[in-house]
Amino acid sequence: MQRPVPRRSGGGLARGIPAVLSVVSAFVIWEIYVRVSGISPLMLPAPSRVLDQMVQNRVLLWDNTVPTLKATFAGFALSLTVAFGLSIILDFMPRVRRALFPIFVVSQTLPLVAIAPLVVLWFGFDLTPKVLLVALVTFFPMLVALVDGYASTDPEIEDLMRSMGATRDQIFRAARFPSAMPYFFAGLRISITYAVVAAIFAEYVGARAGLGIVILNAKNSFRPDIVLAAVVISSLLTLILFSATALLQRTVLRWRDVEGHR
Amino acid sequence: MTALSLKDVSVTFGDIPVLDRINLHVEQGEFVSILGPSGAGKSTIFRLLTGALPLQTGTISCASPENSFAFMPQRDALMPWRRIIDNLTLGLEVQGIPRKDARAHVAPLLRDFGLADFTTHYPAQLSGGMRQRAALLRTIVQGRSIQLLDEPFGALDALTRTQMQTWFEDRWRAARWTSLLVTHDVREAVALSDRIYVLSRRPARVIAEITVPIPRPRLGRPPSAQAHDIEAHLLEILLHQTGEKP
Repeated sequence: MQRPVPRRSGGGLARGIPAVLSVVSAFVIWEIYVRVSGISPLMLPAPSRVLDQMVQNRVLLWDNTVPTLKATFAGFALSLTVAFGLSIILDFMPRVRRALFPIFVVSQTLPLVAIAPLVVLWFGFDLTPKVLLVALVTFFPMLVALVDGYASTDPEIEDLMRSMGATRDQIFRAARFPSAMPYFFAGLRISITYAVVAAIFAEYVGARAGLGIVILNAKNSFRPDIVLAAVVISSLLTLILFSATALLQRTVLRWRDVEGHR
Repeated sequence: MTALSLKDVSVTFGDIPVLDRINLHVEQGEFVSILGPSGAGKSTIFRLLTGALPLQTGTISCASPENSFAFMPQRDALMPWRRIIDNLTLGLEVQGIPRKDARAHVAPLLRDFGLADFTTHYPAQLSGGMRQRAALLRTIVQGRSIQLLDEPFGALDALTRTQMQTWFEDRWRAARWTSLLVTHDVREAVALSDRIYVLSRRPARVIAEITVPIPRPRLGRPPSAQAHDIEAHLLEILLHQTGEKP
């Protein structure tokens, strides 16, 4: 009567091949175009030149990656903590939820371009405004994911627990919180991709160091090769963080794998 | 000894009367079924008993007033993120029993329920019949005096349902859990019950109370003529009911 545990079909490596091929060929076409057309590297540097600049400026790039990473992590940690704490309060107090939710929605409609300079004006050129901007951008998706996740709990499981004499708190811990985990990870993956971009943008507006500053300075001195070098690093950061959340999700939501979810 | 009795219990949702002066009782060690058309309010009775719904009028009295009921919902309601063993101990966990003690309490029952080799599986890895057995064991281990079974075999395919009913009858004959079953399956009610209450369409009233004197085991053998007569009688009552214009 036992159903076998479904395994993922195909090796992870084999499935990655099409993606790798398409990325590599895009770079190859770009490289060929730059060489054949003889376009100025001030207009469009070839991928090989960007790579070369990354190696040459590795100290500068690394020194400026660290502050960006710091802002990203601190901001994300702040938004996660607040979103989690608030989600619990909102779950236990539906009235507070109805009162506060519109405010959170409005916070998402504020254009970052306008808000970022103001936040820098209020909080200076240090880490604080970057942390706040990263938190502002990532907070809402996390909060919505958690609140929606709690609401997705199977009512029959809640009825069952109530029939067992469970308290509201026990139901939250044993049923509502675990039910929210798939939603939480969906939100986490979206937020983490916003986080790096938000940190860089906040630096771009005003900072002493960071990838945003590298991009700003390189742009002002007509060095698209260094701009692109910083862009490559920022993409890599996002990809690494994204993979880390995917890995964490696999570990925490192991039960979903046996159902054949992806 | 009477384990549970309902006297003149009525429920209205807004203007809609759902239960109309329900009177019923369950004796210690007795298997009683509530049989009625779909949407008659059978599950509403369970919601009253488990406290999901406040009692409006009438009285409910139990032999042991505290924590009398263990409830088995229609679909298994197993938590997909918990392994089977952790699903089985959920009720004990809610009662504040440490995990180790709870597991020790469940362990001796695993074999009878055919779950001994599947404790570390997740619910999704089990067949419908096994999940239903797990849900039943989760109900039994709570150690409550009355088992409330809400169409426990309704979601299964016909073959699995028959197997499960036969298996269940065996287990019940060995343990004699005081049970109240809600069902709309006439054959199931006759096969499992000592007594059957038939409910009318909404607002539900008790329109018949029928004793089933057929010796057990009743399943796993050709149905007796007596069982056939009772089934026919019940069906006639039910069809007459649902045949009326609302």
